[in-house]
Amino acid sequence: MTFKLLDHESVPHHEIIEGEEVAVLLEKYAIDKEQLPKIRFDDPIVLEIGAKIGDVVKISRKSQTADESFYYRLVIDAVV
Amino acid sequence: MAKMKDAEIQAMIQDLPLPKNILKTMQADAVSVGVTEKEMQEIIDRVMVGYKLSQIEACDAAGVVAAQSIGEPGTQMTMRTFHYAGVAEINVTLGLPRLIEIVDARKIPSTPTMTIYLKNDSGLVDEDGKADYAFDRDKAQSVAWDIEATKIDHIASVTTDLAQMKIVINVNEKAMNKRHMVFMEIAEKFKEKIPDAMVEVSEENFQIDLTPKDQRYRDLLQLTKKINDITLKGIEDIKRVVLRKGSDTEEYVLYTEGSALKDIISIPGVDMTRTTTNNVSEIFSVFGIEAARNSIITEATNTLREQGLNVDIRHIMLVADLMTSDGEVKQIGRHGISGEKASVFARAAFEVTVNHLLDAGMRGNVDELQGVTENVIVGQPIKMGTGDIRLIARTIDSDNPNLVKSVEKKTVRTRSQKNAADKAELAGSVQVSKDDLISVETADEVDDDEEWDDNVSMDIEETVTEVVEEEPKKRRGRPPKAKAEDEE
Repeated sequence: MTFKLLDHESVPHHEIIEGEEVAVLLEKYAIDKEQLPKIRFDDPIVLEIGAKIGDVVKISRKSQTADESFYYRLVIDAVV
Repeated sequence: MAKMKDAEIQAMIQDLPLPKNILKTMQADAVSVGVTEKEMQEIIDRVMVGYKLSQIEACDAAGVVAAQSIGEPGTQMTMRTFHYAGVAEINVTLGLPRLIEIVDARKIPSTPTMTIYLKNDSGLVDEDGKADYAFDRDKAQSVAWDIEATKIDHIASVTTDLAQMKIVINVNEKAMNKRHMVFMEIAEKFKEKIPDAMVEVSEENFQIDLTPKDQRYRDLLQLTKKINDITLKGIEDIKRVVLRKGSDTEEYVLYTEGSALKDIISIPGVDMTRTTTNNVSEIFSVFGIEAARNSIITEATNTLREQGLNVDIRHIMLVADLMTSDGEVKQIGRHGISGEKASVFARAAFEVTVNHLLDAGMRGNVDELQGVTENVIVGQPIKMGTGDIRLIARTIDSDNPNLVKSVEKKTVRTRSQKNAADKAELAGSVQVSKDDLISVETADEVDDDEEWDDNVSMDIEETVTEVVEEEPKKRRGRPPKAKAEDEE
């Protein structure tokens, strides 16, 4: 059994969100996609879940203050 | 009135825009007390009000508050660098130097250390050989030997024979066996690593003789040095491993001096899902940006707590979010957050003032004066608190073309402002109530070649019946991280 990075206790759950969900998210915060926080395409977790540049990744953080909170990152090229 | 069923309470609260832990507490409390639907509605209303009050104010200087909240306790921290914390023998940097290390995002901390947890798949605790690595001392120790870098002076005595120009290594059999090593493997390692020396192996005496190719004194000394540097077993970067029982469990945990997460993954017996290091950039390269953020938070909180200082975790979370928002760990400083501000003045105000002004002058840069620092420098009101509230008036009186025109003008301008918006700006969102109407557009917002006279301003008060709140976040290009913070 190979070790999955997402199994590590300090790595929160990452998932790719698409289409409608992205639109709802951007509408909610009234921002453009480029204004989201970023995650690099060569980030180990991005490679593991197979996200491509331009995808939006939803991260379900285990928060000490809110139990669970959602964070969103846009997959970008490493060269900014 | 009938008490509500659990499922009904659940249905009532599940879609509320509240953090999960508040919902959980509400649910549990309501169930244990037993409430009617009317009471539940009352509870929900009050919780919503209380939650709103507990949120940060719009346009509040969250970053400044965070900086001060970490900075003030920082003044009470010890300047002393070294400390033996928790684990005996393993030396870790603590106090102020450690905190600086974290926010500076150093590639390698001054005392890297790993905490390695061991596998416990069988779940057995008793020590009759059946227990898994985590609870069997011998198994745990053998993992430790696999990790710790073994050099020749750990297992043998090395003497330099000047008369015969050779190095004599006498391997201590006991020490060698203790580390589960085989003599011939050690000898092979020497042959492999030092190809330009004569290696004579005597298996019955556990003796290895090394002779440099050239019979020169200098070569002999160099060879001695080389021998001591060779890693015979274990991971090069890990100088020492200490085996300890956890503080509140019977589980064995390994603490290391030196850090090499990538190499640890392949060691059998290591529970990789819990193993960590205090090297944030190493975590970033192995586990990604989100794990790095978590690491910054835990490292910073632990450093502060160890000194007896209690800083609210939200401040540290804001710093960690800021450092990781661009997908890589950036330092708070000249080469990171502060150095990447859009405004020339803001950068010049921080460090290397002359360089920034000179570069900006040569390139002909324009400062859009969007942030706080640059507006303080030029003496304008800053965009924080009430200074960050702007309104657009839309008249429904179409007889007054003057007013409509000024509104259009404004909209065009804000678009360009949006593009130039300062990335690192931490202003809050704008929320305006009807009471705030006093601060409607003033004279300087009107087209330059139009005279602003009292008539028009009177018109505003009379004709503005509908005030449109501009979408604040869109306008300002504000990163959504502060918003995410609100939710937490």
